[in-house]
Amino acid sequence: MEENKVIADCKLVIIGGSAGSLHALMQILPELPQIYSFAIVLVLHRKNTDEETLEELIRLKSTVNVNVVEDKVPLLPGFIYVAPSNYHLLFEKNDTLSLDTSEKVNYSRPSIDVSFESASEVYKQQLVGILLSGSNADGTQGLNMIKSFGGTIVVQDPESAEMPFMPNNAIANCNPDYVLNNQGIIEFITSINNQE
Amino acid sequence: MIEDIELETLINDVYEYYGFDFGSYSRASLKRRVNRIFKLDGFTHFHDFLSKVRYDHDYYKRIVDEITVNVTEMFRDPAFYQVVRNEILPVLGTKPFIRIWHAGCSTGEEVYSMAILLKEAGLLHKSLLYATDVNEKVLETAKKGIFPLRMMKEYSENYRDSGGQEDFTEYYIANYGIAKFNDELAQRMVFSQHNLVSDNSFNEFDLILCRNVLIYFDNDLQKRVINLFDQSLSLLGFLALGTKETLKYSIGPGKYKQLDKEKIWRKIK
Repeated sequence: MEENKVIADCKLVIIGGSAGSLHALMQILPELPQIYSFAIVLVLHRKNTDEETLEELIRLKSTVNVNVVEDKVPLLPGFIYVAPSNYHLLFEKNDTLSLDTSEKVNYSRPSIDVSFESASEVYKQQLVGILLSGSNADGTQGLNMIKSFGGTIVVQDPESAEMPFMPNNAIANCNPDYVLNNQGIIEFITSINNQE
Repeated sequence: MIEDIELETLINDVYEYYGFDFGSYSRASLKRRVNRIFKLDGFTHFHDFLSKVRYDHDYYKRIVDEITVNVTEMFRDPAFYQVVRNEILPVLGTKPFIRIWHAGCSTGEEVYSMAILLKEAGLLHKSLLYATDVNEKVLETAKKGIFPLRMMKEYSENYRDSGGQEDFTEYYIANYGIAKFNDELAQRMVFSQHNLVSDNSFNEFDLILCRNVLIYFDNDLQKRVINLFDQSLSLLGFLALGTKETLKYSIGPGKYKQLDKEKIWRKIK
């Protein structure tokens, strides 16, 4: 692990999670201060039916504004975006988001790998990828891709994860820059771009 | 993994050799699709891949078939179909004849869904469903009305969530892993190849559905296609897009009025 790696020019923090990740996010998001210099994108496995309830929940819990994702919306710093259910979320070079209904990846749509890989190509070293609790292997390949493009990767400490499989799988197959519990993730995100 | 510059070379060559224009497709998705087929077909050098596309016509067709995304469902987004059932069809039902266009119909699941709604509303006999796609292969599947049997449980749930009250299994015959939908539904369908990128309007419609197709296009092409729909839609006709698609970047305010929360707009001018 490279401790004290300074994240100074981050444009995007992308967070992936599956089973148990919502619980972690509900602890993390309320503790984050308003962000200004980067965007946060959440890619969570969820049922097709709970359309927009997740956005509502996050809106209630977080001081950071939530922008609803539609095709080709601009990705703006200072906002949280949530990948809609039943679509893959992709990143365009002109800082817009696009959607894709192609085959499920890792039995999932949205797939964390798909979004991580797409973001890594666009944002390279200006990207931070965080993988939370879950019980499938989605996310690991994406983290490796983020790393190979010079981005920073963070994995939730399996000890603190409700479902440790996903973080464990990532730790076994990637070389995370940080392995952090929820409190550590809060402090980490708060420190990005030296935000106070 | 192919590089951005290689992707642009491929786009140029496909256009030059075959006249098919991927130039206005959204790059993130297009690149994923191309990478997928590149890997799937065991290529390691882009040059070999490009040569194959250039000189092997069948392979070029395979590329187009594989790149154009063909994932679809019956009664995808049940809430949408509920609005069609309860609000759109009663309006269309007052007309002597109903013309519907499914643009980018893929393997036809949404066309059969619509035919079921029309039948239940007693309107199928006076309706015509035009279903088009750029991909010839999927149209062949769509014509047959044969879908995987394993999907029927999900489709039947979607059907019920959309307000369907009949026995969904009555609409098809199950056989060796496939579900063949009743010919009665297909009788009012016309399938043909149509490319939204380059082809023009071919009729006037009361309802146009184009759901989760525009997401693969860039803003300029989206504008072109919306304009094409506008030309093809009768006054007071309806345009239905995917749940995450919008008209707002493509057409000025005042010409269309959105229905409730669903992505359905009515042409009012």
